[in-house]
Amino acid sequence: MTAARTRHPGRSILLTSGLAIALAAVAVPFYWLAVGATHSSQDIFDSPPPLLPGGHLGKNLATLQETADFGRVVLNSLGIASVYTLLAGAVCTLAGYGFATYRFRGREALFGLLMLGLVVPAQITLVPLFKMMAELHWLNTYQAVIAPNLALPFGIFLMRQSMAALPKELLDSGRMDGCGEFRLFLRVALPPLRPALAALALFLFLYQWNDFIWPLIVLRDDSTFTIPVALASLQGLDETDYGAILAGTAIAAVPMAIVFLALQRHFVSGLLAGAVKE
Amino acid sequence: MTPSTPAAAVSRPAAPRRSARRRGRWGTAAPYLFVLPAVLLFAGFKLYPIAWSFLLSLHRTVGGTETFVGADNYLRLADDPLFWTALRNTGVILVVQVPLMLALATGLAVALDSTLLRGRPVFRLGFFLPMVTGLVAYGIVFSVLLNEEYGLVNWLLGLVGIDPVPWLTEGLWARISLGLALTWHYTGYNAVILLARLQTIPRELYDAAAVDGAGALGAFRHVTLPGLRPALLLTTVLSTIGTLQLFDEPYVLTGGGPDNATLTIGVYLYQNAFKYFDFGYASAVAYALTVLVGVLGMIQFRLLGEKS
Repeated sequence: MTAARTRHPGRSILLTSGLAIALAAVAVPFYWLAVGATHSSQDIFDSPPPLLPGGHLGKNLATLQETADFGRVVLNSLGIASVYTLLAGAVCTLAGYGFATYRFRGREALFGLLMLGLVVPAQITLVPLFKMMAELHWLNTYQAVIAPNLALPFGIFLMRQSMAALPKELLDSGRMDGCGEFRLFLRVALPPLRPALAALALFLFLYQWNDFIWPLIVLRDDSTFTIPVALASLQGLDETDYGAILAGTAIAAVPMAIVFLALQRHFVSGLLAGAVKE
Repeated sequence: MTPSTPAAAVSRPAAPRRSARRRGRWGTAAPYLFVLPAVLLFAGFKLYPIAWSFLLSLHRTVGGTETFVGADNYLRLADDPLFWTALRNTGVILVVQVPLMLALATGLAVALDSTLLRGRPVFRLGFFLPMVTGLVAYGIVFSVLLNEEYGLVNWLLGLVGIDPVPWLTEGLWARISLGLALTWHYTGYNAVILLARLQTIPRELYDAAAVDGAGALGAFRHVTLPGLRPALLLTTVLSTIGTLQLFDEPYVLTGGGPDNATLTIGVYLYQNAFKYFDFGYASAVAYALTVLVGVLGMIQFRLLGEKS
């Protein structure tokens, strides 16, 4: 590594600075989001546009709270994403374990069926699911957002990949010690999989936190809105207050980016363990 | 857990039977119980709606009542100019944006893999970060950045003497804007998938190529690209599926406009279902979309997957 660098110091600097410029371009929307969130709508559309953070964040948040009860919206998003992560995490982990560690009749067929969900467009189910939710009287409820995506094919796939790496001997020795199948799963299989579970949890949380079309369809009452739905509804207003909207957008994006940065090692490696093996 | 007796530990042939007996507590049901929640949920919230959707596509919804109309909705699709517009728009993204983005992602992955690059973890992370941003959030940011009169982008262009660009208000530019937003969001993600694959290519292959007198380009063509094949297939298929279903970005960024220039199949489906409440027709659109995803997916597997 260092040998290549010392042999071509010029190329190394060129490559690094080239990528740094590209990264700066990629970062512009983030930077501008942080700046826009701290200015009033008028300032944002000034010429020249503001390039440094202003002092309007508090006012924007207050406007947001007034027009959309945004505190409630953030709590809705947090609650829905947390409960979803727990439940979907359990469903995917159990299924991944079942498929990875047992041989049973119909295993290939069942797994293939679940993986069909990866390629069938989600939109095909929107209308029937909406009708189902209406018949269950679940419209405007949290469970309507959470339930339909609990058996997430990608999550099951990810868990099966991670669990296939578990040494068989570990499970067999647990069995010889008289451990029941479920306890084996909880006490023997799960602990070494902590990084993969962290990746799954982060993925599920982000997925639900950012999901838009399904919550948009089943949540019609603004007291149940999640952040993306609330933001989209604010954007549709005649007098859109962009300062307030950008403050809300920053709340949706910035904490997630920070959580991601903190946990990214697990996330990327966990995702890739699932993604690239053939 | 009872400690195993020395006798059990030594008599190895007995072990399989013992473990089978232990499993007997649940019988052979154990594996099924593990996958049961997923299978039930999937059957109820995916398979059943998929079947129902097909049934709906054979009906017309008028004022909440449904009448069987057979293939009428599908025939209507065939001469619905808006459907063809949506299909064409989606197709343009597929043949222009997706290859450009994947080429960019490949270049980025190779750069991120290079031993010449300093601070690799920072770069890898930075380019992946847009993926974490929700579609609505980045759609809103882009719509403000690209505002024709007041947006930052046109202001910057003005500094170097370029006239304001009608990013979101003129058909071609609206498509370009959508492509830019998609590229911003997904390039890093694809690069990370490709990068993981790159790291599995044995270094000896590069050394061998160097011994054979291959330059940097030769090594890329004969070692890197073939090695990347499975990951390229994966990213191509994922991008295709994603593009065909494209909804959030055009919905937030342009609303499908101006003049339907960015109307995608996903947006058209949504409009039919939840704006006009024409569930039957929307379901026909959804089935047409599914057939398209299936056919394109299969073609791509044939073309890219034949050697692996």
